[in-house]
Amino acid sequence: MKFLQQLRLGFRSLLLHKLRSALAVLGILIGVTAVIWLVAMGEGVSYQAQQQIKDLGATSIIVRSIKPAEESSRSDSNARMGISYGLLREDFERIITNVPTIGRAVPMREISREVRHREQFIDGMVIACTPDYFGMNRLKIARGRAISEIDMTSYANVVVLAHEAAVKLFPIEDPLGRAVQIGQEFYVIIGVAAERSAAAAIGGSLDARQYDRDVYIPLTTFRARIGDRVFTSRAGSFQLETVELTQITAVVDDMKEVDSTADIIRVLLQRYHKVVDYAIVVPKELLEQAETMRAMFNVLLLLIAGISLLVGGIGIMNIMLATVTERTREIGIRRALGATKGEIVQQFLWETVVLSGTGGLLGVLFGFLCGPTVNGVRFGVRASLPEVWAALPPNIRNLEPRLAPWSIIAAFAISVGVGIVFGIYPARRAANMDPIEALRHE
Amino acid sequence: MPPKQSLEPSAGPPPRDVVAAIRGVSKVYSLGGHEVKALDNVSIEFRQGDYVAIMGSSGSGKSTLLNVLGCLDRPTTGQYYLAGQDVAVMDDETLSRIRGRYLGFIFQSYNLIQQLSVVENIEVPLSYQRPPMPGGRERCLKLAELVGLSKRLGHRPTELSGGQQQRVAIARALVNNPHVILADEPTGNLDTATSHEIMDLLDALNKAGRTIVMVTHENDIAERARRIVRLRDGRIESIAEVRREAIPVAGLTSSVNPG
Repeated sequence: MKFLQQLRLGFRSLLLHKLRSALAVLGILIGVTAVIWLVAMGEGVSYQAQQQIKDLGATSIIVRSIKPAEESSRSDSNARMGISYGLLREDFERIITNVPTIGRAVPMREISREVRHREQFIDGMVIACTPDYFGMNRLKIARGRAISEIDMTSYANVVVLAHEAAVKLFPIEDPLGRAVQIGQEFYVIIGVAAERSAAAAIGGSLDARQYDRDVYIPLTTFRARIGDRVFTSRAGSFQLETVELTQITAVVDDMKEVDSTADIIRVLLQRYHKVVDYAIVVPKELLEQAETMRAMFNVLLLLIAGISLLVGGIGIMNIMLATVTERTREIGIRRALGATKGEIVQQFLWETVVLSGTGGLLGVLFGFLCGPTVNGVRFGVRASLPEVWAALPPNIRNLEPRLAPWSIIAAFAISVGVGIVFGIYPARRAANMDPIEALRHE
Repeated sequence: MPPKQSLEPSAGPPPRDVVAAIRGVSKVYSLGGHEVKALDNVSIEFRQGDYVAIMGSSGSGKSTLLNVLGCLDRPTTGQYYLAGQDVAVMDDETLSRIRGRYLGFIFQSYNLIQQLSVVENIEVPLSYQRPPMPGGRERCLKLAELVGLSKRLGHRPTELSGGQQQRVAIARALVNNPHVILADEPTGNLDTATSHEIMDLLDALNKAGRTIVMVTHENDIAERARRIVRLRDGRIESIAEVRREAIPVAGLTSSVNPG
């Protein structure tokens, strides 16, 4: 009852100066909305990153071939033979025989090639892999079947198409059982993979990966038909490269063994590679890094938001000081009629809390509009500026803000806190006025 | 009319029918190292139902005396008994409570709170009662009726005439059922006709048993009181009894009588 009365009195006093109060409320509103929006965006980005890392598998270790700098390439091949680098089939054997903590390991070779079906063609990514690759990468087969062991042993010319690749090559017909041309060879389509969204680059360790132009063939077939030595064209000149494996993905049985297993692989590879022509990516580490990044990001956001709320608070203080000066007479009257200093402090604190609380509530309300606003902007950009849209990185295009409940509670609590902190000084100033002087005030 | 010094300075609380008494009160202000005695050893007491006008030229100390009586200012030396307690030594919070509980204020410039309606203005002192007074709102409505403003309960002070505003202030001064009503030039801002209306109201309240202390510089207003205290240079120059005919006012006696 008393509480409601104070609240009502606060509202009414503030309504005397609607514009002034509205501006003070606006200051807090912007601060609170900023907190909620920024945190939601940050959470959205980090959620995306975490999902992608989780897709890679928290217990997996990925070893990739990288082309070393020109002068340090392996010297056993002469210049005319081109360069030779990267992971070897021997490396794969060594890893699976020497590292007991590894449950499964999948070798993989990938190369960019044109994939053609009559007039339709795509600039495809040929992924040569073993049957385990599909399970390990959570790649679902929508129709047909995946690559089997028999395909491997029989060097079968079979291919599984990614969803988008199948759609592009076979806009009308059913791709199953038909053939596509990769290089000089024809491959029979045995399956089509389910749709999969693109993965963004993670923390600079893995490139952004789009799955929509993948075509999967057996690793043995790749070696027999295409071979390790491939021509690549770069900057107008052809180059002969010898790469045995592009990537080895190892899955550790026990999450606790991931770090030590990665160390063993690192040592093992170091012994047989004179130059570092490989990179070891541990998604679990990435996940931990992402967590740390997220925490740092959140601290940064809170700092920014804190500053904007501070500014809002100063606005409130400014207005309350003006109010106190203006209402000196009222303060004198109330003191004469029996109000203690404490009651005057309370009265003015209630006003600031009403101001900042209103700002906080409206801010939370606007905070909830974060998702729809982002979607609206996204829709607008896609519809009116398609080039700009295409140029945006996929993690911006796919950004879904995630409202964090803690940020809503924190933002509101901080706004009320700001009201109290910045209200105390004006309220105390009001209370400490000499009632006699205050009554005389014009 | 012989001047009558009502009380010799003595120790201990005054008798029960004395609602307020100051004894040997001095108030010294220092202005730039220079000491100014606004009140110099003033003693006076007010009995239940008293009606006192305090007069004096400006600088005579009448405002200071009223501030001390109103517990807005503490005397430098001396005692002030209000409701049987020495309030001269009390802290700010207790003084606030004393003001809220035992005193009613009427000001020259009405001092209503602009953003509150008539009835809410009357209600203000009730919000500072500890413990809260029961039946507050009904009491406010009754008092609004008493001062003739029951048709303007929702009006803001700016929508009322000076006389009406002062009536609201009088109702507000009565709402906490005070022991003493302190009026500071209650007719100072009003024309003659309205002044007399307001004074009639105060007279009636006194008839009904209210103790009223009023500061004024107008003789005809002061004549309404039972006693006139004249101050000069911070000292009591004279205390005079006023003799006049009683003017009965119907209806007021029963409704305003303190409980």
